[in-house]
Amino acid sequence: MTLMSEMGQKAFNLGVPIAVHMDVTYRCNERCVHCYLDHDDHGELTTAEIKDVLDQLAEAGVFFLTFSGGEVFMRRDFFEILEHARRLMFNVKIKTNAVMIHEAEARRIRELDVDTIQISVYSHRPEVHDAITKLPHSLERTIKSIRFLRQQGLRVTIANVMMTVNSADHLGVKKLATELGAHYTLDPTITPMMDGDTSVLSLRIPGEELPEIFHNPDLVGSQEEFCAPPKPPSKEDLEGYSCSAGHSYCYISPYGDVFPCVQFPLPTGNIRQQKFLDIWNFSPQMKEVRSIQAKDLTVCSSCSHVSSCSRCPGLAYMEGSMRGPSTADCEKSFYRTGVPTANMLRQGLSKPRTTAPLIQIRPVAVPA
Amino acid sequence: MPEDSVYIARSSAIAARALAGEMMVMNAADSTFFTMNEVATVIFQAADGRTPLREIVRDRVCEQFDVNPEQAQADAEQFVNELSSHGILLVSNRPLAAEASR
Repeated sequence: MTLMSEMGQKAFNLGVPIAVHMDVTYRCNERCVHCYLDHDDHGELTTAEIKDVLDQLAEAGVFFLTFSGGEVFMRRDFFEILEHARRLMFNVKIKTNAVMIHEAEARRIRELDVDTIQISVYSHRPEVHDAITKLPHSLERTIKSIRFLRQQGLRVTIANVMMTVNSADHLGVKKLATELGAHYTLDPTITPMMDGDTSVLSLRIPGEELPEIFHNPDLVGSQEEFCAPPKPPSKEDLEGYSCSAGHSYCYISPYGDVFPCVQFPLPTGNIRQQKFLDIWNFSPQMKEVRSIQAKDLTVCSSCSHVSSCSRCPGLAYMEGSMRGPSTADCEKSFYRTGVPTANMLRQGLSKPRTTAPLIQIRPVAVPA
Repeated sequence: MPEDSVYIARSSAIAARALAGEMMVMNAADSTFFTMNEVATVIFQAADGRTPLREIVRDRVCEQFDVNPEQAQADAEQFVNELSSHGILLVSNRPLAAEASR
């Protein structure tokens, strides 16, 4: 166990929110076909409110802070927010499309000692990338910005969301990342839209295409390890938790809503009405999320994959129950190992459905 | 450098946070990650660039922990040298601006 994962485990055990993802805006200069956000401004936190939240997060013990959106640079005060965050000594990561980063912005980001800038690139081909972002010349501008950031010696990660419309391009994007001196990550997860619209899920790459990714050592490392059949779960596995959501990590929206994770739309409180730590420590919803062990899962507790599955409780919640299965992760477990999941077996399926039957649960307001 | 004139300040290039009394520190330049025990954390938190190291050891470390003052001073100097070599602390024989060099 590395020192960093040791501290992460310590924070998890103590219930300290060591990492927070904060979207500072949902406004964006791109209109990506798979995006789950409503880009209109419905009353974003002001600069002063965000600074106050950052003060509270530092007090609560947050170390890793991710700023994302929307596009963070759509906020004219973003550098003021960033400066405040760095003054409070957060380890800061920025997620951006980088289109608005020029030489001066890259220099300022370096001066503020931002840890990493994660940038979305969907294809190495402009016609594909720009068709996804719906912003002409966006790939050209993004690549130019990555060069500015790299010239400043900054760490850049290229995040490649993989979907039906760009599934053939991941090797090209990986090559581009290498040429630019950037790290590369591939993510086949597509999330339903915030308003409950599941039409974007049609962009998920078909399960049948997952084995090609999962069996590519360039993408997953040791294939033997990654695709190993699941081991029988131990007592510790069954007493374990899905992930850090609500335990040592949470998400804050541009409107001050606090959720267990960016992909877990269960409202737990709003920082315009309550202090962050009151929400974190006392919200019944946070406490419920925190209480769920693998043995409590309605289907997955009897699944052979329970100890190795990437089951996302947020996606499960969007399917109907935070204790239920997440079909997208069932698919991944099946196509990774070839072993059917309990969720498939109870439906009499020898392989996953081609389209996941998602029942969308819309977030409801938390009573004041 | 005479001991009495050693001033220490946290670098602005780092990220830091205390977790259950242990300070986590990461240097953005090379992503090196450190944790500090309680005594080291006290010195790190007191590294305001204005208080001499000897005073930090005398007033904070020896006050809060049952330690031999000479040994505490020697350990503190070694600790400061090590963190300075990683760019975590800035060391000078004159007062420094806290979280210097942004």
